[in-house]
Amino acid sequence: MKITTILTGAALALGLAGAAAAQDKLKVGFVYVGPVGDGGWTYEHDQGRLAVEEALGDKVETIYQESVPEGADSERVMTQMALSGAKLIFTTSFGYMDPTINVAAKFPDVKFEHATGYKRADNVSTYSARFYEGRAVQGHIAGKMTKTNKIGYIASFPIPEVIRGINSAYIHAKKVNPDVEFSIVWAYTWFDPAKEADAAKALIEQGADVILQHTDSTAPQAAAEQAGGVVTFGQASDMAEYAPFPRVSSIIDNWAPYYVARTQAVLDGTWESVDTWDGIPTGMVEIGEITDAVPADVKAEALAMIEAMRTGDYHPFTGPLKKQDGSDWLADGEVADDGTLAGMSFYVEGLTGDIPN
Amino acid sequence: MIRLEKRPSPSRFWAAATPVLAVIATMIAGGILFAALGKNPFEAIRTIFWDPLFHESFAAYSRPQLLVKAGPLILIAIGLSMGFRAGIWNIGAEGQYIMGAIFGAGAGLAFYPSESFLIFPLMVVAGAVGGWAWAMIPAVLKTKFGTNEILVSLMLVYVAENILASVSSGLLQNPDGMGFPGSRNFGQWPAAANTEIFVNSGMHWGVVTAFIVVIFAYVMLTRHILGFQIRLTGESPRAARFAGVNPTRLILICLGLSGALAGMAGLFEVSGPAGQISIDFGSGYGFTAIIVAFLGRLNPIGILLAGLLMALTYIGGELAQLMLGLPSAAIQLFQGMLLFFLLAMDVLSNYRIRIGKTEVA
Repeated sequence: MKITTILTGAALALGLAGAAAAQDKLKVGFVYVGPVGDGGWTYEHDQGRLAVEEALGDKVETIYQESVPEGADSERVMTQMALSGAKLIFTTSFGYMDPTINVAAKFPDVKFEHATGYKRADNVSTYSARFYEGRAVQGHIAGKMTKTNKIGYIASFPIPEVIRGINSAYIHAKKVNPDVEFSIVWAYTWFDPAKEADAAKALIEQGADVILQHTDSTAPQAAAEQAGGVVTFGQASDMAEYAPFPRVSSIIDNWAPYYVARTQAVLDGTWESVDTWDGIPTGMVEIGEITDAVPADVKAEALAMIEAMRTGDYHPFTGPLKKQDGSDWLADGEVADDGTLAGMSFYVEGLTGDIPN
Repeated sequence: MIRLEKRPSPSRFWAAATPVLAVIATMIAGGILFAALGKNPFEAIRTIFWDPLFHESFAAYSRPQLLVKAGPLILIAIGLSMGFRAGIWNIGAEGQYIMGAIFGAGAGLAFYPSESFLIFPLMVVAGAVGGWAWAMIPAVLKTKFGTNEILVSLMLVYVAENILASVSSGLLQNPDGMGFPGSRNFGQWPAAANTEIFVNSGMHWGVVTAFIVVIFAYVMLTRHILGFQIRLTGESPRAARFAGVNPTRLILICLGLSGALAGMAGLFEVSGPAGQISIDFGSGYGFTAIIVAFLGRLNPIGILLAGLLMALTYIGGELAQLMLGLPSAAIQLFQGMLLFFLLAMDVLSNYRIRIGKTEVA
């Protein structure tokens, strides 16, 4: 058994050396959870990839694989990418976390960047965006614009990132409209247009006239357009084809600057394992144009909130805040720490229903 | 004038030749598709069918991966083929696969962090029981109330998926996982890990089991009375009843067997390649296995080959995306074509092609 290990190890190393020698350009790989044409999450990551090619031109070559299921399949995809000579690999979904760590252990000279996870290694960085800053803006607009006081929320998986978004949107909707209620549907998918459309229709039938989504397709936008009079927000990408109504604004993930900077760091030999969590201040989170369907005063307030977050004067999770069970979370003026936010597994006071478990 | 004339019985020659023809036809049609996408068709076909086996830098890794990918497909498809032969349609192997994984993982995790060598065998048994129990629901409903097992087994897949989502963020959630859904990782718990028997061979216990099951299925179908009853029921249910076959017993056996095998496949997957129970654990093996069963003509040896071929198109398809930048939809289309051509070519084994004028009957 030992001999086979050594032999295959050697074979792997030889294969790697061969691939590396044939390679002058830095090969950068991207693993996507959806198709590049999803118009949302994966689309924006692919825009980041194209920006890397644009910015660094001849020095890099990019490869990607789309619609890779989370789990065992993704581990094989990453291994094949590393074997094909990729020296920097971005794995762009939460569910790629353990596979990324496993593959990274086998290829110590390949750098990995895992989006939205919490496990790092010497050759694995993590990065994510503070989408909850955008959710605060959405919540504000949603609270002001709802007439039925019912807001529908299409959630994907009960992980901290999604729960943070729900809390942030709810806090800010409640602040401007104390009567507001949230209905949350768990779709258990990041991208499934049919499921997302069904969820949106069900929420609209229950009386929701604002739909927020944490899934990546434009299907909820289409469902809202069809129903008429329902407000939506672009998710992950601008989804501008549904502007000015139903899509009245959006959260845009802008990965391009980060991807270019990290690729440049590998070229320069200055790459280090880091944990990046950026938001509106650095431009990783952008708020798409607020259309004229939003009343002018609401738009002005929203823009003021964005500006306050940009300058660091305002944090969406500022006390006094209580948890759903009524226990105290943040005292007056206290700001949530990143550790609590990163592992957030509770609703804030006022939200109804339970986080699935 | 070309017309089709039904053969009195399917041609044995064409039954063996059509899969080969189907693969060739898929290569040609796929080549045209890839050429239309602006890729070199020969390079694309070579990448899909040749590179996973013989490419200098990939093959050492992807050859074992073929076994890893084919193992669960074969294991599930063998079970399904027994029922399919007898006209018992278990469409819900995906649900039995998921329930097997949950039962098996749950049985193991109940003893965490014990290092007893009994843990893994216990998990295998629990996995089989989980899949069996899930398949017993449509079986009992069919035998007691005459419900349609296709619908019941299919619908239970969605129930299983929701149970999976629930246990991954509840009952089986990793207490050290910072609130993220997903169980403990079996890869980090040696007593419960389904490891490779030889390093870098891809031969984990699930693959070994799949091979053993292929042999058992072959012997059973050709030598055992149960195999005779299954074949007879499929070919002529009336004759089977006269021959003393108890249909209720056969339904329970066929559904139970396919459920238990699917459940074991799920357990081997969760404790091996997947590593943990997570919300998206079910990756469609249970459905793909239906294709494998038919691609292999419901014959154990055929299923073995079909499973390996299916795995090859998956892994080769991934390489083609990676190396040539083919969109994943084109690869799925290519895999779909394979099944389409196989079914279309079936016409050759069931019919004779006559060229000439139709005689007046």
